[in-house]
Amino acid sequence: MSARGSTAAPPPGGLARQALARSLPIALGYVPVGMAYGVLAGKAGLGAVNVLAMSLLVYAGSAQLVAVGLFAAGASALSLVAMTFAVNLRHLLFSAAMAPLLSGWRKRELAAFAFELTDETFALHAARFGRGERDKALTLSINVAAQAAWVAGTALGVVLGDVLGDGRAFALDFALPGMFLALLAGQLKARSHVAAAVAGAALALAAAHFGAGGAGALGAGLAGAACGFGVERWMTGRPS
Amino acid sequence: MDDRTAFLTIAAMAAVTYATRSGPLLFLAGRTLPPAAIRFLAHVPAAVLAALSAVALLRPEGRFDAGPGNLILWAGLIAFALALRTRGFFGPVALGMALVAAGRWLGM
Repeated sequence: MSARGSTAAPPPGGLARQALARSLPIALGYVPVGMAYGVLAGKAGLGAVNVLAMSLLVYAGSAQLVAVGLFAAGASALSLVAMTFAVNLRHLLFSAAMAPLLSGWRKRELAAFAFELTDETFALHAARFGRGERDKALTLSINVAAQAAWVAGTALGVVLGDVLGDGRAFALDFALPGMFLALLAGQLKARSHVAAAVAGAALALAAAHFGAGGAGALGAGLAGAACGFGVERWMTGRPS
Repeated sequence: MDDRTAFLTIAAMAAVTYATRSGPLLFLAGRTLPPAAIRFLAHVPAAVLAALSAVALLRPEGRFDAGPGNLILWAGLIAFALALRTRGFFGPVALGMALVAAGRWLGM
């Protein structure tokens, strides 16, 4: 990408094009997952407006797919909200990790950025900012483009629900794990990152085994990051 | 649940989701974090993405499954190897989806 290492604003007229180009890998994953959500939400009995409203307002793939199962099971509003909160607790870590990178931003800009902070946009921006790509307008535009893909995928799922069945024949259920794996591969830059990943994975599996739910990902993420940090300190010979 | 109640529930789901996304960002804005905290946070993406990946691959139906019939796991490992080699994004995802779809078509 031409903007590698640059903090300059994109050329006039190029912002939308650059945002689309940068968000394309995410968008290509969001469309099939969004379709799977749209199909399943329709089958769960949610009206088309509410199916789309969830993608516009909540915009959280894992939580939306969990919520669809709860809507279908006739769960209460309180349990839906509580489960959404638990599934999304890991966003606390993403938000905290982005804070030092966005230190010069105004509060309202941070508020807008936070609305579209997902697993995938977080990983993308963390990598971009690590390369020195800090353009504010481009960052926000990438987020908008990614959410547009998510909403478009949802709409396709609503429209094509009868054709796609549950989407398993088209492997739509692989798109979300596939995105996690591709993003993870891009994060393994040092041995300490590998240590963090191995610890996070092992702890998440243990937490899931004991029924920890969404809080398990938060705990595993915290403990895994601590493990990676400890390994980094050990390898550089500094006391933890 | 009627449409109105469902919409209000979705609005509440959006509010708690936004709280998790915006809370630390707004609270920590303008504060200088200690270098150790920044180094710790630099390890968060790998840890969380690995946590999410491991559960998605090894518990695709909500229970542990490392058997040969777990297409998500085996396709995921192949896709991950490709992602490590190429650092690409869409290629590994598309390959994994194609493998899972082909496996199901073949009745695996």
